[in-house]
Amino acid sequence: MSPFDLTIAQAAKALRAKDISAVELTTAYNGAVAALNPRLNAYITTTPELALEQAKAADARLKAGDATALTGIPIAMKDLFCTEGVRTTAASKILSPFVPPYESTVSAKLKAAGAVMLGKANLDEFAMGSANITSAYGPVENPWKRREDADAKLVPGGSSGGSAAAVAARIALAATGTDTGGSIRQPAAFTGLAGIKPTYGRCSRWGIVAFASSLDQAGPMARNAEDCAILLNAMAGFDEKDSTSAPQPVPDFTQALTRGVKGLRIGIPAEYRLEGTNPEILALWDKGIAWLREQGAEIVDISLPHTKYGLAVYYIVAPAEASSNLARYDGVRFGARVDGVDLIDMYERTRAAGFGAEVKRRIMIGTYVLSHGYYDAYYLKAQKVRNLILRDFSNAFGKVDAILTPTAPSAAFGLGEKMDDPVTMYLNDVFTVPASLAGVPAMSVPAGLNAEGLPLGLQVIGKHFDEETVFAVSAAIEQAAGFAALPEVRAK
Amino acid sequence: MAYSLEGRTGTWEVVVGLEVHAQVISESKLFSGASATYGGAPNAHVSFVDAGFPGMLPVINKECVAQAVRTGLGLKAQINLFSRFDRKNYFYADLPNGYQISQFAHPVVGTGTVEIELQDGTIKQIGITRLHLEQDAGKSMHDQHASKSVIDLNRAGVALMEIVSEPDIRSPEEAGAYLRKLRQILRYLGTCDGNMEEGSMRADVNVSVRKAGEAFRTRCEIKNVNSIRFVMHAVEAEALRQIEIWESGGEVVQETRLYDPSKGETRSMRSKEDAHDYRYFPEPDLLPLVLEQSWVDELAAKLPELPDEKRARFCDQYGIPFYDAGVLVAEQATADFYETVAKTRDGKLAANWITGDFFAALNRTGTTIETSPVSAAALGQLLDLIADKTINGRIAKDVFEEMVETGAMPADIVEKKGLRQVTDTGAIDAAVTKVLAENADKVAEYKSGKDKLFGFFVGQVMKAMQGKGNPALVNEAVKKQLG
Repeated sequence: MSPFDLTIAQAAKALRAKDISAVELTTAYNGAVAALNPRLNAYITTTPELALEQAKAADARLKAGDATALTGIPIAMKDLFCTEGVRTTAASKILSPFVPPYESTVSAKLKAAGAVMLGKANLDEFAMGSANITSAYGPVENPWKRREDADAKLVPGGSSGGSAAAVAARIALAATGTDTGGSIRQPAAFTGLAGIKPTYGRCSRWGIVAFASSLDQAGPMARNAEDCAILLNAMAGFDEKDSTSAPQPVPDFTQALTRGVKGLRIGIPAEYRLEGTNPEILALWDKGIAWLREQGAEIVDISLPHTKYGLAVYYIVAPAEASSNLARYDGVRFGARVDGVDLIDMYERTRAAGFGAEVKRRIMIGTYVLSHGYYDAYYLKAQKVRNLILRDFSNAFGKVDAILTPTAPSAAFGLGEKMDDPVTMYLNDVFTVPASLAGVPAMSVPAGLNAEGLPLGLQVIGKHFDEETVFAVSAAIEQAAGFAALPEVRAK
Repeated sequence: MAYSLEGRTGTWEVVVGLEVHAQVISESKLFSGASATYGGAPNAHVSFVDAGFPGMLPVINKECVAQAVRTGLGLKAQINLFSRFDRKNYFYADLPNGYQISQFAHPVVGTGTVEIELQDGTIKQIGITRLHLEQDAGKSMHDQHASKSVIDLNRAGVALMEIVSEPDIRSPEEAGAYLRKLRQILRYLGTCDGNMEEGSMRADVNVSVRKAGEAFRTRCEIKNVNSIRFVMHAVEAEALRQIEIWESGGEVVQETRLYDPSKGETRSMRSKEDAHDYRYFPEPDLLPLVLEQSWVDELAAKLPELPDEKRARFCDQYGIPFYDAGVLVAEQATADFYETVAKTRDGKLAANWITGDFFAALNRTGTTIETSPVSAAALGQLLDLIADKTINGRIAKDVFEEMVETGAMPADIVEKKGLRQVTDTGAIDAAVTKVLAENADKVAEYKSGKDKLFGFFVGQVMKAMQGKGNPALVNEAVKKQLG
């Protein structure tokens, strides 16, 4: 079997069986990165030498019998995770010279497990975007092509678009992502991958460049649910350095994959059946419902009445937090600086040159909604509605074990589409944002192709800290869907 | 007589409220593990959290919270079991995150009171509005380089308690008394060293003036005044400025001002229009601060005795005057010193010695209670020697001076110098006989009615005995021999 078609589980087995060494595996992936990244732009920074070193260490561990399921597995690290000694940009010019002197908790855990880092994956600047077009290091190309129009470049979704494109094109075996309003799930859906946003507080945020603190959550993106479970096992856990991380035990998520859905109650929220939604998406959703019913789940119609306010709330809360979180990029202590005649002038020049248009837009929105005289009308009201959205989910989870919805309102769209108006772009997040606001775990799994041959995903939403049920349902859908399509552009 | 200021149009009352920033005594900073020690090379005590590096997160230092709760208990204030941190957003070069983590809507401590005592003995209650925790900023220095400013982040992130008073203060004297009392309480609690020169305690002074019976008029805030004396000066200077404006038909505008001690006046720093919009919102990196009542109770149980209680107890237990007790409890160290001396002895005598000869000696030698050559044990021993009549009060003064000079123990001095009091009546009688014989003329005068000479004879006898005669016995012997 080609090293590029392996899942983590298969690769781990092959490494243990000595069918392939970690160095061979990494060398193959390094080569594929070198060949395809110039086209896809999935990585901002590649670290082939470091990867080889880590692969050598992995081989030693494998030999010593001290390997984990991730030892020797080559992955892409979203360039939002601070990595010690490796430049971390958040896809922003303002951090272009920034080499962190510390390692984020999540990337440190993966490192400790023996995972090999191929490089830092591209993303929307500061994770703000849904198409990976706001990166200061250029857009990422989706390796999938429309059947009838193989020349058109499609977006991989965002903000974890580089991670998605890298895994889909087989230039990484798996990747880390972060999800604030759909940044793992939507690109996973756009590229035929599985990706989970765990419960808020499941993974430490320490060392991840912050976008919106009350929403940001790290998670895995991989070929399938099993690989996600293996990765999440290593990424999750309480961290005393992050006060919002949860002191919850981390179960072995892989154990949940084979639980099945028999007897589970699956909620279908009426409010997600939006008028004007692509009929292909709705048809796929119905298929998903049928698969779960066939496997013994009970389908329950539910209501999440405040869903329609989700986007509005999200686009107040997230920019508000971002406007404050990004104040530290002032040119004083690290990152890029443009000198000025005085302090204010330096701030203005540094931030004008360092931030892209979308980041500036959100800083301005966030500053506005927190301003004196507007705080009550925007931020405070948004927080109240956020509580109502959380209550919607709590009520629903009194009746059901998990919720099934589409992941995104469309398949991957073309580079250059939906750009005339930022709100059109924001609509991409309509199905993913509510789970983010409620802090509940949600996963996207590939469930089929549209008429143009592009992948579509279904989203499984679970209760707080019940990723296990999410994995069980996702694995069931995955099995029923038998998704085996491959993107046009990929390492072979 | 209440303090007031006379203007052209009549008498003005001064209204003052104080916001005191007190640096918390703690090993490490409010949200990071970096040392909170004062001083050190620039940027020696800075973690990545303090410097606002990407991805860094604050973690609440429990000891700082405990210090705030202790302070709240010391201010007889309400402890809020639920409080929350907020971000106060503004840009400045020594504010690394671009926001200060503070408590805006839900402070950890609510309303309380501080009792002050004025010169004339009046006791007054000053209300405390709230106490909240927040982080300090770093320090910008503009004189180290021709065109650049340099930043020292050692202080960035150090815990501060902002203690806000009600506008209950009515004079510079009350402002001074309030600050001294507050500082005394903080020092007793060990929650702030109250050192205004090092900036570990600073005050923002809110001042307005009004005619009797009026509602409050517009106030101005004088920022960052760093001595009690300056606060008192600033109150009066600002009040006079405002009176002048009102009386010349103008209107005081709400603004932030600075006090210039060299000119003794305040000047405008920024007006209300230029005031920052701090865009406060709940700090999303921290969970709300929820305290257990049992934990608060534990802290309360271990709270040290506070100055007011100690003063009352001293009066009660040792029978000393209220005023003296006030002097003795002014500093915790003095109170402890006093108590060590007084515990098993005559409390009044101990108080007299400490507030008299002992304080005078500290002053004269430029020492403090901690560095004093005379320890509490030594002074206690001296009082014991007086009590058991080993020495008399006069010799005790000499012994004490010797103790200040040499640091020796009084018993050793008495032994070495043979200062033991003479109670041998034979020796005393002999000395009296000798003195009377040598002063026959004076004896005659005495006998013809010049009673005052009695003291002279006693003095001469004591002199002849090198001061070692037991005064009562000497008195008795002189009286007897004079008939």
